[in-house]
Amino acid sequence: MTALTAFLGTNLGRLVAGVVAFLVVATLIGQVMARTARSEKTLATLRNANARIRAWWVMVAVFGVAVGTGGTGSILMFAVVSFLAMREFMTLTPTASDDHAVLIFAFFIFAPIQYALVWAEWYGLFSILIPVYAFVAFATRAALSGNTQRFLERTATVQWGLMACVYCVSHTPALLILRIPDHPDAGATLLFYLVLVAQINDVMQYIWGKALGEHPVAPTVSPNKTWEGFVGGTLTTIGIGTALWWATPFSPLAALAMSTVITLLGFSGGLVMSAIKRDRGVKDFGAMIEGHGGILDRIDSLLFAAPVFFHLVRFFYQPYEWR
Amino acid sequence: MIAGGLAAFARMLSGASVRWTTPVTGARQRIWFGNHSSHLDFVLIWSALPRELRATARPVAGADYWGRGPIRRYVACNVFHAILVDRSDGPATPERASAAIDSIATQMGPGESIIVFPEGTRSRTGELLPFKSGMYHLSKRKPGVELVPVHLANLSRILPKGEMLPVPLHGRIVFGAPMYLEDGETKDAFLGRARAALLALKDA
Repeated sequence: MTALTAFLGTNLGRLVAGVVAFLVVATLIGQVMARTARSEKTLATLRNANARIRAWWVMVAVFGVAVGTGGTGSILMFAVVSFLAMREFMTLTPTASDDHAVLIFAFFIFAPIQYALVWAEWYGLFSILIPVYAFVAFATRAALSGNTQRFLERTATVQWGLMACVYCVSHTPALLILRIPDHPDAGATLLFYLVLVAQINDVMQYIWGKALGEHPVAPTVSPNKTWEGFVGGTLTTIGIGTALWWATPFSPLAALAMSTVITLLGFSGGLVMSAIKRDRGVKDFGAMIEGHGGILDRIDSLLFAAPVFFHLVRFFYQPYEWR
Repeated sequence: MIAGGLAAFARMLSGASVRWTTPVTGARQRIWFGNHSSHLDFVLIWSALPRELRATARPVAGADYWGRGPIRRYVACNVFHAILVDRSDGPATPERASAAIDSIATQMGPGESIIVFPEGTRSRTGELLPFKSGMYHLSKRKPGVELVPVHLANLSRILPKGEMLPVPLHGRIVFGAPMYLEDGETKDAFLGRARAALLALKDA
């Protein structure tokens, strides 16, 4: 009990408590509305919304356990997320049977090493392993296989999948490496802040889009992403992200800037992944999470936001001599 | 129990989802026939069957691979009760082919079903190869046997021929509608029909 009280006294604890309280309210509203809904269309929307809320509970529970078990738990959880995301990505990637070794490298060598480097807090190698060493290794191994058909396309897509699913995602738990003066536990709080703002943005874009959405941003990519959803969702999320400044090392103005970056890059991540799905002719990357599609559909807003957020925090908040 | 464990492991490795286009129920003698591209194939089909049908389903496997070495032999014969057939090198004479069919037909008990790969070997590219005639002769020997096509997607990428380590991509197992050998149907017509039924599941 005292451990819980102590946890709730921290900024991270307050954020978690806020999310749980919000989910309780959302669950109640969703259940009551589903019971009183009349039209078939509203009911279908509510069923989808309630499935999403249920999935949110599960995700919050998994996330809570991971963050609660300290750094190692979070790193392991994101390693699993990366692995499952890359699995969905590579399944849709048109590789040749000669690329088997390259895929083995991606899944069993580079992904585990990348997360081991986060765990070992070896920033220098962490930040270049995939852009430099995987880049060189994939191209060389693919050339050795002797198959030159669509060579660049094949090597580039595997590299892209590893970049997106492993390199980018690993920057989220890498926030735990950062040391910020006067904020001893800033890493865990920033990790939670990043995921929270990115996910709130998804929800807000969805709600605003459902309520007012009319003019699609890029109709050939995703008819569900509308200007109304984008503007409404972005402004609401930036408002919430700024209001949470007290939990972070940021000033209110800096929190506004950071949540703007997370929100805009969250949107672009979702848009780019939609373009890939459209090209491969699928609606979702998978069917792992009820109402949400695959795991990659759930984390697409984190892909671009995580590395940029990580480097902004590192550049502006970590003293030069501590790096 | 070992079979269940191996099946669960193969399912996890292949991340395979299962789809039945037509429900297949009730105990009867069946031939489950699938496209062949990896050593995981028969374990996967077996693992996707409902519990009550698993017990009677026996894979037909090449003795040249599954009969060699104590571990493979144990897994094939004791765990999955496989029927091993001889496909060793040498002239593919009609006598040898009919001897193989004889041995499968006699080993296949009255209530038992088999899992077969009518291409006879693993496809390197994932393209469906021409069918060997064994399934036709077997259907003639077992009148009324129900044939169910099973399409395995992506297995040629997960564990290509000649590779040791599987890549953990998502596989897909699709079961089609049962079919039967019609009265007076010729060998070519029947094999063509079976092959088309299996190919049709690719996009199902």
